[in-house]
Amino acid sequence: MLFAATLAIFITMLLAIIRGIVGPTLYDRILAVNMFGTKTVLLIALLGFVMGRPEFLDIAIVYALINFISVIGVLRYSDTHQFKHSPTLEDPVEKED
Amino acid sequence: MDIIITISSGFFLLVGSFLCFSGGIGLLRFPDFYTRMHAAGVTDTLGAGMILIGLMIISTDLLVFSKLVLVLLLTLLIGPTTSHVLAKAAYHNGLMPKTLNNHEKNNAKETSSSNP
Amino acid sequence: MVIVAFAIIRMKDLFAVVMLLGIYGLISASFFIVMDAVDVAFTEAAVGAGISTLLMLVVIAMTGRKEKANRHKPFSALFIVLVTGGLLIYGTLDMPHIGAVDAPIHKHVAPRYINDSMAEIGVPNIVTSVLASYRAFDTFGEVVVIFTAGIGVLTLLSVARRKESEEEISSINDSMHEQHLVIRIVAKMLIPFIFLFALYVQFHGDFGPGGGFQAGVIFAAATILYAMLFGLSTARKVINQTFIQLIAAIGVLLYGSVGIVSLMSGGNFFDYNVLASDPIAGQHLGILLIEWGVGCTVASVMIIIFFNFAGRQELHQQKERVQNQEPS
Repeated sequence: MLFAATLAIFITMLLAIIRGIVGPTLYDRILAVNMFGTKTVLLIALLGFVMGRPEFLDIAIVYALINFISVIGVLRYSDTHQFKHSPTLEDPVEKED
Repeated sequence: MDIIITISSGFFLLVGSFLCFSGGIGLLRFPDFYTRMHAAGVTDTLGAGMILIGLMIISTDLLVFSKLVLVLLLTLLIGPTTSHVLAKAAYHNGLMPKTLNNHEKNNAKETSSSNP
Repeated sequence: MVIVAFAIIRMKDLFAVVMLLGIYGLISASFFIVMDAVDVAFTEAAVGAGISTLLMLVVIAMTGRKEKANRHKPFSALFIVLVTGGLLIYGTLDMPHIGAVDAPIHKHVAPRYINDSMAEIGVPNIVTSVLASYRAFDTFGEVVVIFTAGIGVLTLLSVARRKESEEEISSINDSMHEQHLVIRIVAKMLIPFIFLFALYVQFHGDFGPGGGFQAGVIFAAATILYAMLFGLSTARKVINQTFIQLIAAIGVLLYGSVGIVSLMSGGNFFDYNVLASDPIAGQHLGILLIEWGVGCTVASVMIIIFFNFAGRQELHQQKERVQNQEPS
């Protein structure tokens, strides 16, 4: 069952990566990164149990905290002056040429 | 006793991974940002919670158990907060939820009235 | 991972690039976890996914988020890169398989680290004993490099701060308070916990994954979170710039002086056995002190870098505000 859960989380991470690359708006990407981070926390916790090394949980805690801090940082700086006047919503440049 | 632990933890893990997986699909398939956020929120709280509870049941050590509780509390605290801030920032910066505009509404009315 | 790297290269929107770099750091950390390199994963999590993302964000906020269109076609550079990469890959063909028992890396010093470090150092985490005792001189070099980076940022970007009036600060804080109420309360709950966890990582480095580098980065990340949510000037009141510069210097000094003390008491440079009557206790003391030095330096240099970057940005914004007010 642990393996099944690990596999499911791994696939979810792949889906989140796809959304992070494709995602049309900036916020989609932030959402994908956030979800990727939480899934990494889960993956590490599960891997710790699969490999019989429960001290991996320390790293899981660090990931949770760092993920929170970086998402807050992204949002804080996306609120600043420059971003508001730049075309935040639809970026024509980022379409693959 | 052993079999109860195995079955219950397996149940929690299965439900959790199903929720995570469905949330991932939702993140990919839903039409606009806010609905996607709804899908991601499910995985952040309920999916992660279920998986962590499943792990708690099979953990043998008290230290491991308490660390898992810690991770669970952190995810429960952090996930909704990030979702809230994200939605607020998106709304402030003018990202509107995707709704049917007037043209589409008329179309929908016409189709519904033409074939009753 | 390769997909993400290609996407990073293709994108012109630097903000999205930073986001993807965060994902990239998380993936590589997951790799390290799978390969059982816990300490490396720890560092990658704290540095690659956390601090560097934040610092790059601050830089982008200063410079703008679009990459300039590149006109010239870099074919010759591409050729050189391809040749070098091909040679490197050709070189790896001769290397033994990952995990092969008779690989040269497992023959040289690794058996001694693995078999004897418990008896010689008395620290359960082998990585810590290698980092802080066998290779103490290398680590000292790394700390000095970080310290030099801090000095460089200070000399290049240091801003002469104007005295801000109290009213301005309070007005800024009020507007912030309206905007980020929920997140401020949650952060208030979390920040003490993060500091505590950083200390745990610092002191637990002997027994589990962790150590001075990671603890310093986590500490700095918590401080940066505080500075982002409660305003830079408030954070500057809590942590004084000169004070933090002093701490950075003291960290390096602590590290170096441990070496010098061991030199004075008759051992080699960074030979901790002579620090106490019992060699193992001496090793413990030396590693603890050195980890403290590393932690202090890393944390304060990170905070210095952030403060100076963000301080410049704030100065920029103030100038813009003044310019906007003048025409009206």
